[in-house]
Amino acid sequence: MIRSRRSQIIGATLLLLLVWLVVYPLVLVLIEGVRGPEGWTLEYVRLFLDRPTEWQALWGSLWTSLASVVLAAVIGVPLAFLFSRYDLPGGRILSALVALPAVLPPLVGVIAFMFLYGETGFVSLLVQRLLRLQEPPWRLQGAGAILLVHAYSMYVYFYLLVSAALAGLDASLFEAAASLGAGRWRTLRRVVLPHLYPALGGAALLTFMTSLASFSAPYIFGGGFRVMTTQIVATRLNGENALAMVETVSLTGLALTALWLLRGSQPSSNAAGGRKGTAPERLPVSSRPLRLVLAALAWSLAGVLLLPHLTLLLVSFVPLGTWTTEPLPPEYTLRNYLTLVQDPVRARPLVNSLWLATVATVAAVALALLGAIVSVRRRIRGGRLIEGLLALPWAVPGTVFAIALATAFSVNAPHAGRFLLVGTLWILPLAYLVRNLPITSRAILAGVRALDPSLDEAAATLGARRWRTLRRITLPLLRPALLAGASLAFVTAFGDFVTSIILYTYDTRPISMEILSSLRQSDVGVAAAYGVVLMLVSGAVFALGAERGSAG
Amino acid sequence: MSFLALDGLVKRYDGTAAVDGVSLALERGEMLALLGPSGSGKTTTLRLLAGFEIPDAGRVVVDGEDVTRTEPVARRFGMVFQHYALFPHLDVSENVAFGLESLGVRGEELGRRVAQALALVDLAGYERRRIAQLSGGQQQRVALARALAPEPRVLLLDEPLSNLDPTLRERTRREIRDLIRRVGITTVLVTHEQDEAFELGDRVAVLRQGRLEQVGAPDDLYASPANLFVGGFVGRGSTLPVTVLGTVERGVRVRIDEVEWDLERASAQPAPPPGPATMLVRPEALRLAQAGPGALPATVTGRRFVGPSALFTVLAESGSLIEVVAPPRAVKIGERVGVMPSRRAGGGIHLFPPESR
Repeated sequence: MIRSRRSQIIGATLLLLLVWLVVYPLVLVLIEGVRGPEGWTLEYVRLFLDRPTEWQALWGSLWTSLASVVLAAVIGVPLAFLFSRYDLPGGRILSALVALPAVLPPLVGVIAFMFLYGETGFVSLLVQRLLRLQEPPWRLQGAGAILLVHAYSMYVYFYLLVSAALAGLDASLFEAAASLGAGRWRTLRRVVLPHLYPALGGAALLTFMTSLASFSAPYIFGGGFRVMTTQIVATRLNGENALAMVETVSLTGLALTALWLLRGSQPSSNAAGGRKGTAPERLPVSSRPLRLVLAALAWSLAGVLLLPHLTLLLVSFVPLGTWTTEPLPPEYTLRNYLTLVQDPVRARPLVNSLWLATVATVAAVALALLGAIVSVRRRIRGGRLIEGLLALPWAVPGTVFAIALATAFSVNAPHAGRFLLVGTLWILPLAYLVRNLPITSRAILAGVRALDPSLDEAAATLGARRWRTLRRITLPLLRPALLAGASLAFVTAFGDFVTSIILYTYDTRPISMEILSSLRQSDVGVAAAYGVVLMLVSGAVFALGAERGSAG
Repeated sequence: MSFLALDGLVKRYDGTAAVDGVSLALERGEMLALLGPSGSGKTTTLRLLAGFEIPDAGRVVVDGEDVTRTEPVARRFGMVFQHYALFPHLDVSENVAFGLESLGVRGEELGRRVAQALALVDLAGYERRRIAQLSGGQQQRVALARALAPEPRVLLLDEPLSNLDPTLRERTRREIRDLIRRVGITTVLVTHEQDEAFELGDRVAVLRQGRLEQVGAPDDLYASPANLFVGGFVGRGSTLPVTVLGTVERGVRVRIDEVEWDLERASAQPAPPPGPATMLVRPEALRLAQAGPGALPATVTGRRFVGPSALFTVLAESGSLIEVVAPPRAVKIGERVGVMPSRRAGGGIHLFPPESR
């Protein structure tokens, strides 16, 4: 394709926009941390370095993230093997159930765990009664609680990536290994595992970064245990703004260092695609007792995985103040759901989250599509830079971006590219948009790369001008990628908690903030009902994206 | 005046010329094959013709109109892509209709012309098929129908047969040739297969490293290659270092190893100067004989059966490998033989300056 001047201008504009949205706020944070009322100062950096609590928080973030990777791998990898290699009764349903934690937005997952394993949770009370204990058998607090939630929600990365890699294994590899006299273990060690390294590396990186950025679990369950994300929010609440900036920089530094150390293990979007041959058949489990044991294990595991969802559903039917010490709620009602619809104050967060997420999704898809087309198809100068900027927010925890945007857009200085957006309707969609850029652009970039450039050329020789080619050829073919990108973006924005807690206003309060305030008022029923709505909408949007994606 | 003219086309990428001063002229309705190894600039030349690339120098003129800088959209050149580039989300008739719609053809007229184009490639009744449901050969015919439906001024084919099974290629080659003849459209095709170039091209243009080496009818290229590259690329042949001793009656005398041959000179070629030279010799221009005076001693190292005759590979004592056609059972592998020019070798032996490759 010819590098046209128009593409170059569009690309340059996009580049500027991305620098302004993605890089500039981070730079401002860096500056604010070393600037006091009387100019440049290292006072806050020194303050940060001198406080043991800061080091505890940083260390807490680091080690819980590493531990989360180990736990998630220990659960996810064997599951992937079990379901991809063995033919179990109900295996297809099971393998779908196993991915279910993905439809729980972080905050919703956390409150479901609270209802289950908290001091008065179902499981805790059950164990307490069974063992006739005076007190709950455990306290869902501190690092252990955080790790439990992380393991539950993040093993899915290992499960999905390793499953995809296993499905991409050519059956003839196994036949070749067998014909060369390799036994089952040697085949596993020398053939299967090396093939899985990219998937394992990718899942580890994904888990580490997600865990480092995790906010909901430490915020609700942390107690005295410090991690950096919650530390930043607490410091900011204390009014120590400049110190919060230094903390933000330190967390960013940790994230970028991790990314740099694990570079090269980013999951490539088409790791499983494009290879010849057929996936290996699932092995039948011939021994009947073994088959029963495996099936029982798999199904009880699926039960455990589904418990949070079911709990949420159950609690959402509990009327306010009726459930105290009984193991199961004594009364059930639809009131909580009716309130969400009928009470204008309660309905507001639903409407808010819907329009906020929609605006952010549409904008993210538009920017990602534009970036992908000018970079991949028009091959403009600076295209790689655009791709890099689109991906950058992935490397930076959500809390950091929230703080950065809160800093950049808290003053009105148009000549410096800063506008007063904090406290207005527009700061949340902007924050969601920035956070959504990486996942959206990853899906869309992969789609655009997979497009055969000669389709454009064919359309040109057939006399179709640029707009007709875009409308008739490019967009219809990109539909699966656009839908996948959009559904991921929408689900993330719809359930967002980490950026909302820093940037929301009363008028734009999203569902997550309303869940939090319902919990504070002990209105667990309404909190759970919101949670169920989030869960159902996320699930439906995921299903839509996946179904349309595969149909195209 | 020719219908389509390429005039001194130059295209450079990062300083190196992919196309380096190519000039060609086609009459209306002529088929020209661009033949060359990969990297010879044949595909770039085709893309310059289609308008996907703008040349750094030179012009493309069609029917008296300079289209060098005309966008592909406005050029009205039809193209069949190497991998066909059919629109996978549109069915067969929607693909074929795409170019007609650009011209503003609508309604009944559109349906009529789509049907006409599909009938031309023998795919009537396939209108509603999805592209993925078609065989490779059918996809190629859809691509042809799609390119031809808007009645372009020039048809461009990029390696039209490379995506087909070898068994299908020969038949498809004939079909394409007959179809293009019937339509009578001026056609340029790119290929690296000489069989394809010879069957589809009225004339063949041989390219190497962006330069045009020779243009001519297939038999002319074979019978009188302009240089060693064309001679070696077009048809089979062995190259041998020789020494030209001087002219003799109706020919030249050369020495190969320790043997001297008198060669009848092909008419068009100028007499080579005495001294070292490279000889290109077609397998059918040699014969196997008893070792003896005038025969180049060699050992038979290989045999390939090709129907009524066999292609023998023999190793001369100087280390040169030579291909010779002979009856299938003439000699055995390992046998020592002599190689001589056959009695009517004139058209099959060419002398070029040494190392002119």
